[in-house]
Amino acid sequence: MLKITGADDIPEQEDVLANDGLSEEDRKLFSNARPKKYEPYPIKAIEDFANWARANSLWILGFGTGCCSIELRPLMTSRFDISRFGVAGRPTPRQSSVFVIGGYVSVKTLKRIIRSYEQMQGPKFVVALGSCPANGGMYFDSYNTINRLDLYIPVDMYINGCMPRPEALLHGIMELQNDIKAGSCDGANRYVENFDWYKANQKKIIKNWNMPDYNW
Amino acid sequence: MGNLTSALLERLERDFDITDITERHERLTTFKVTRDHAETLIRELRDREKYTHLNFITCIDYIEDGVFSLVYMLQNYVTHTMLGVHVDIDRDKAEMTSIHTLWAQAWTYQRELREMYGINFPGSPRLHEDFMLEGWDDMPPMRRDFDTAAYSTEHFGHVDRESEEPRQYMKVQFYPNRGGDEE
Repeated sequence: MLKITGADDIPEQEDVLANDGLSEEDRKLFSNARPKKYEPYPIKAIEDFANWARANSLWILGFGTGCCSIELRPLMTSRFDISRFGVAGRPTPRQSSVFVIGGYVSVKTLKRIIRSYEQMQGPKFVVALGSCPANGGMYFDSYNTINRLDLYIPVDMYINGCMPRPEALLHGIMELQNDIKAGSCDGANRYVENFDWYKANQKKIIKNWNMPDYNW
Repeated sequence: MGNLTSALLERLERDFDITDITERHERLTTFKVTRDHAETLIRELRDREKYTHLNFITCIDYIEDGVFSLVYMLQNYVTHTMLGVHVDIDRDKAEMTSIHTLWAQAWTYQRELREMYGINFPGSPRLHEDFMLEGWDDMPPMRRDFDTAAYSTEHFGHVDRESEEPRQYMKVQFYPNRGGDEE
């Protein structure tokens, strides 16, 4: 798990987001509210039931960012048949709950990843596939691929390999389901709690930030 | 070398002072031409010699000689031969005539070359728009004097992993009280 350091150094932010990247005209079109934390149901049995339901209907966003996303394709077909776990592919971020980062992340893609991730409705989970999102992998010294994904968005599950077999991906999804059922998948809440830290990291490498800070 | 190509090359040698003619394999010949003659030569090849297809434009950074070598790869669909036209341009003042008037797709290559090597093609459409690197504010990354590992360390926080000498490491693990001394 990522140890967030230096979050205290970031000065206390205002209640609303600045949306500095937008033009004066566009700023009126977007909300400037900060993201809100997910609060579990007060009754534990209901929350457990909700988690059980969430774990068994994971919908994956169909956004392959790198070469590992080729491993998502065999999962859909009859040999590995991911739908027996209640997993389905979805075309838009608004409908999906799992974001599988398929391999290396270039800076240009990272901008789209942040955008898609923020558009997803909670509860949402991120699975990072392959070694590149973890430590840069074979692209560790590239001028254009990031080294650690969890500096920019929270990651709930890492699956190792270059590239991992579909079996590894299946195992990762089962582990993710266990984590969700146990109620320990709190990536989206980590994002909200350390929102300014994540934003500062993102803006450090995305030089042309011309999008709203959170709301789409 | 096919007869068709060798007759053509002889004529080009006479008319355009091409040098360094190299037969890479039976269907591909490369040669070098000066910067001033390049556009006329390529136009001639396209209009009269049926080299109608531009495969790609690319660039090689010869930092030792202080030049960028641009490569225009042309293909003839009648004889099924390719010609690689090398054009050396000065590395410090990297500028080249745009050929987007000959092939419309050339501006995409030129846009990429501008971004990756910093070569200017005056008049090429949308040349200064971002292509792959959005908001890049450093030296063009494909130049050989650009240190990509240092850039990665600085911007993406790459840390080299620590490695131990296996024998010494295991000794310390096995005999921690004696500081790795077996005896």
